[in-house]
Amino acid sequence: MLEYDLVVVGGGPAGMAAALAAHEEGIEKIIVLERADTLGGILEQCIHTGFGLHYFGEELSGPEYAGRFIEELYKTDIDVKVDTMVLDISADNVVTAVNNFDGLLTIQAKAIVLAMGCRERPRGALSIAGSRASGIMTAGTAQKYVNLDGYMPGKTVVILGSGDIGLIMARRMTLEGAKVKAVCELMPYSGGLTRNIVQCLEDFGIPLRLSCTVVATHGKERLEGVTVANVDEHLKPIPGTEEYIPCDTLMLSVGLIPENELSKNAGIQLDTVTNGPVVDEYRETSHKGVFACGNVLQVHDLVDFVTEESKLAGKGAAKFIKGEKQENGVVHTKGENGVRYIVPQNINRATDNDVKLYFRVGRVLENVTLTVTCGDAVLLSKKKRKMTPGEMEYITLKAEVIAKLPADSTLVVSTKEA
Amino acid sequence: MKYDVAVVGAGVVGALISRELSKYDIRVALLEKCNDVAMGTTKANSAIVHGGFDAANGTLKAKLNVRGTELMPKLCADMAVPYRNNGSLVLAFSEEEMEHVRTLYERGVKNGVPKLSVLDKAQVKALEPHVSDEVVGALLSETAGIVCPYELTIAATEVAVTNGVEFIRNCAVEAINVTADGFLLATTQGEISAKYVVNAAGIHTDDIARMIGDDSISLVARKGEYYLLDKSFGFMADHTIFQCPNKMGKGVLVTPTVDGNLLIGPSALDVEDKEDVDTTPQGLEFIVEKAKKSVPTLNIRGAITSFAGMRAHPVTDDFIIGFSAKNDCFLNVAGIESPGLSAAPAIAEMVAGLLKEKADWQEKKDCVLTRKAPVRFRHMTKSEREALIAKNKAYGRIICRCETITEGEILDAIHAPAGARDVDGVKRRTRAGMGRCQGGFCGSKVVEILSRELNMPMNEITKFGGNSKILFEKTK
Repeated sequence: MLEYDLVVVGGGPAGMAAALAAHEEGIEKIIVLERADTLGGILEQCIHTGFGLHYFGEELSGPEYAGRFIEELYKTDIDVKVDTMVLDISADNVVTAVNNFDGLLTIQAKAIVLAMGCRERPRGALSIAGSRASGIMTAGTAQKYVNLDGYMPGKTVVILGSGDIGLIMARRMTLEGAKVKAVCELMPYSGGLTRNIVQCLEDFGIPLRLSCTVVATHGKERLEGVTVANVDEHLKPIPGTEEYIPCDTLMLSVGLIPENELSKNAGIQLDTVTNGPVVDEYRETSHKGVFACGNVLQVHDLVDFVTEESKLAGKGAAKFIKGEKQENGVVHTKGENGVRYIVPQNINRATDNDVKLYFRVGRVLENVTLTVTCGDAVLLSKKKRKMTPGEMEYITLKAEVIAKLPADSTLVVSTKEA
Repeated sequence: MKYDVAVVGAGVVGALISRELSKYDIRVALLEKCNDVAMGTTKANSAIVHGGFDAANGTLKAKLNVRGTELMPKLCADMAVPYRNNGSLVLAFSEEEMEHVRTLYERGVKNGVPKLSVLDKAQVKALEPHVSDEVVGALLSETAGIVCPYELTIAATEVAVTNGVEFIRNCAVEAINVTADGFLLATTQGEISAKYVVNAAGIHTDDIARMIGDDSISLVARKGEYYLLDKSFGFMADHTIFQCPNKMGKGVLVTPTVDGNLLIGPSALDVEDKEDVDTTPQGLEFIVEKAKKSVPTLNIRGAITSFAGMRAHPVTDDFIIGFSAKNDCFLNVAGIESPGLSAAPAIAEMVAGLLKEKADWQEKKDCVLTRKAPVRFRHMTKSEREALIAKNKAYGRIICRCETITEGEILDAIHAPAGARDVDGVKRRTRAGMGRCQGGFCGSKVVEILSRELNMPMNEITKFGGNSKILFEKTK
């Protein structure tokens, strides 16, 4: 059995930042296990720009953003194994992995960072009626075909869902000569970033149809068309509004699901809203010494925030390994009145840092007053002009404020529209 | 090419018939119009091995069901095909339906079905705690089971091919000429001559029979839609749970699958187009509503996919198995709707028997009717895995992360006798792409592997043959 101080599961932006942060804190034996054949995770296929604006203050492509971390990582003595799949994490933090050069690997870890990312929601979960023709795929799969394999997965395209990957692929397919006929969004608002709607759809004249969904797919072998229809306020298709759109490809961008099968099998407690682990301010899960960060914890919009969160997790893991992680009772967090969830779910009162509470709202809100309360005490209040489910928000609490809260009390973040 | 027997259709029936025929020292061709076996009714049905109490006494359905269900466990064990003897329940929700349950019991006893019993409410709830409280009682059939229909077909074809049967894919029969010593079949793969033809073309048996002037087969295309739920819902039913049958069939069932998923369906809709296996909002809604009558806590949010299959319903309501009145070397195996899968091993036995009576065939000495179990990395212990990877590194590379399927297993599927030629073929043989992400991550890797192993460009690889291509030309 191999022994490491820190095992990082996943070599995408989250895993790399966590590994580097732990290294900076003086942790010596670190290994990153990555299931793909390169480091970089999903960024490797995100050849568009828009990455790094917050973190580096400049606009980078996905591979460039990842490249900076890959370069940093290879300057250190952090071990990396690519093409290596983690199969299991035991109760005493033994990681079992497999690849085709070492065979089965077992590694005893002092701490583990989970950074497995997320996956796209597939068609089956949507129950779209119709045929099982080829040409129906998630936007991310299409992105891999175009950007990494160099093949066009379609020529005339309808996109269901206005998540960011769908918007990016609408532009990408157009640039490659395909015709994107429509982006249909079930909800009355887009699930993507405003900047993507402007730069990927409006700039190319691609129609975004809100409150609209695909009700049927047609074609026995390759897809030949889809039927779309408008939906009512209960999201049910409205009879009579059906429209047939000929197309050879239907791309789905209908949500991302954190990949927590390993976490579940390890008995780690998950949040039913985020589908990611329940964590503290250093992103430590319910399993001692196991941390989680990036899209496996909560689906992010911007990789910059992933990096920030992952550095925190790496630092936390280092503190844990060194026995410096302070505990003096926890405060719980909770979202109310339109706030769907809060990450972190728990905060150690002894925390040595200010804590950012990340959250999303459940619907579009305008002229909002955001408050953080604990019991009757209002700790913070902030005005916001507009908040949308497509953009992750945060609010910062000072360490000294947290230190004064009673143990086991609950911090509530809530919104109120004017 | 001159064959003794041409079997038309590589569904479960055609494949098991070919396996039976592969015992003899003759030339057999198994012709399939699609790119793989099990592409019709076989790939989309309830995957049930019925007890045999449902069909009317004295029918072929009744006789062959009971015999097939008896043969199934050993057949599956011999070929390493997933089968589970989970038993079935027919639920009654009223005294009137209880009457029906008792009728089924009596019919079953007459049909020769062993181990039937009538249960009261408490007994049903003890067996199946998630069944509705409205249940009054049920018929328990202990010999019923579940099987993987396409794996049974794949295995039977592998065995047949290993014993010398020729499997010819993408071979649609377009015309049949009767010749002095048999038949000349015009197919999309050229002319094929055979002394005997076994017409096992599923929903198309009527069209094939008509090619020799036999218009006696009258089929109705009956579509059935299903939902497949994630494995985390498999606990909701242990037995196969039926409701009382109606004139369209055995109604909507709730059953575990051999892989541990939960399957609900089918609807029953008679359609004009035999190839119409589109799911419909009405059909899917119908099965959820009906399934909830049996298991009210069922949550359709657990659905990972939905699909539809086609049943060849014979207007006579019984299997049509025998030599054609037009030609006594042309054997029809038609109208194989439920309980066709259960009966398939017995149908194969019967068909081989009918042919053997006519022809003077010798049994081969070196024929092997069993199949070695394919490698299943996900079911192995640590030491088994270590030994496997030491032998072949390809078993150390995980391709499908949801189902833990290795590259080695995919290579095995492609290079097996009558192996996979498309993405769905790999999926049915290995489960790669059948998990939660439904091929989102591994789909492109499977395309790459198929492309490499079959020496075809990536944009020639299909989802399931024909024009179901996945990629167009290279990017600019």
